[in-house]
Amino acid sequence: MGALDKVEIKKLTKRYGTERALGGVNLELAAGKMTALLGHNGAGKTTLLGIVSTLVRATDGTVTYVSSGAPVEGEHVRRQIGMLAHSSLCYAELSAVENLALTAGLYEVDGSPEAITAMLDRVGLEPKARDRAARTYSRGMLQRLALARALLTKPSLVLLDEPFTGLDRGGALALGEQLGILRDAGAIVVVVTHDLEAIAGRTDHVAILRRGQLVFEERGSYSYEQLKDVYHRFAN
Amino acid sequence: MSVLRHAARVAWKDLRIELRSKEIVYTMAFFGALIVVVYSFAFPVKPDLVRAAVPGMLWVAIAFAGTVGLGRAFDRERENDTMRALLLAPIPRLAVFLGKAAAISLLVLLVALVCAPLLALLLDVDLFAMPAELLLLLVLGAIGFANVGSVFAATLLKVRSRDVLLPVILYPILIPLFVAGTSATEAMIAVKPDLDKLWYWIGFLGIYDAVFLVLSMWVFEALVIE
Repeated sequence: MGALDKVEIKKLTKRYGTERALGGVNLELAAGKMTALLGHNGAGKTTLLGIVSTLVRATDGTVTYVSSGAPVEGEHVRRQIGMLAHSSLCYAELSAVENLALTAGLYEVDGSPEAITAMLDRVGLEPKARDRAARTYSRGMLQRLALARALLTKPSLVLLDEPFTGLDRGGALALGEQLGILRDAGAIVVVVTHDLEAIAGRTDHVAILRRGQLVFEERGSYSYEQLKDVYHRFAN
Repeated sequence: MSVLRHAARVAWKDLRIELRSKEIVYTMAFFGALIVVVYSFAFPVKPDLVRAAVPGMLWVAIAFAGTVGLGRAFDRERENDTMRALLLAPIPRLAVFLGKAAAISLLVLLVALVCAPLLALLLDVDLFAMPAELLLLLVLGAIGFANVGSVFAATLLKVRSRDVLLPVILYPILIPLFVAGTSATEAMIAVKPDLDKLWYWIGFLGIYDAVFLVLSMWVFEALVIE
């Protein structure tokens, strides 16, 4: 089983008790495209990302993952998912090298010292910090480690939940650049963010959620001004 | 086999973190020892009374100290949302449960091995007359505690009042384990050890562990996915 070609989301609904978090969302995420998933807090973005990442169960509707023209599921799908969230998903007591070695072991990918060094070079984590416990890292360093962790497994579905939070402008731009590289390499990239500036000019697909409903969806590149305009028109 | 390989990886990760921080093991051991010391002051050292009370003291100390360690072991997975990373990995989710439970079993066993000699010393009771049987009993107790505890601790990971809820939900289900543990210990330290009774309760504990291991493996994924 190889990279994912697309993810088809059909009539996706999620209820928490009587509260409806998503109400019949339809969306198609394609390989080599970056989708910006926008909306106010509580619009259902994180829930949608949770369902696509297989960590939240949908109440109704389906998410179909397609690889080489055929649907795949379970561990085959999870092998293709790279996740970058506000939290680093890394162990504070382990060093960057140990965290990546653990990830490589769980995903059964190359976890050799050379591969780990190359990945840490790619994300720009300074060499002298690599053997220190991650709890001593600054927010920016932790986010670089989190990105290295997500990229090490060569994911074809990259899910990002507020990845720019706490990063300075330089860090946000560097992260945006790495996402562009991933997208150009053929990955499906989905970004949930409020930082429109960081994703401006990089997205190929914009989807806006409001109270669990998909209220806007269009393909194409958006400048910061255009993103701001559609956000204010549809998210409010 | 891949389940066991990945479970070993998860367990080794937990133990490595613990070897480095020693936070859980010190807290559990200190708390367990403190309970034993409090008991030693609370009860008069009369041979008959002590012989009747020591089995309960040992298993209560294990339960309380074990709960402290269990909560902390899963809190660690909450700090940077690492439980999400484990559940996202392309490994059977069963391996996550088995790995966590194996690491917690070892920590609980370690605490039991601190509490037992301390009880024997402070209350002057010969807990080690049958060392192999005692070790087997403690191993089975630790496994049972960790099995059931890991399922509930993982389920409550996102619940705000999990520290209060964990013992409230956990202890009723652990009652058969405590009954078996105290009864077997009682049979072991009696003036004339009752071997039939001892092996009956060790067998019961073995069955309890097997039943709850199967049940835990069955429900774990359904409980941790929202």
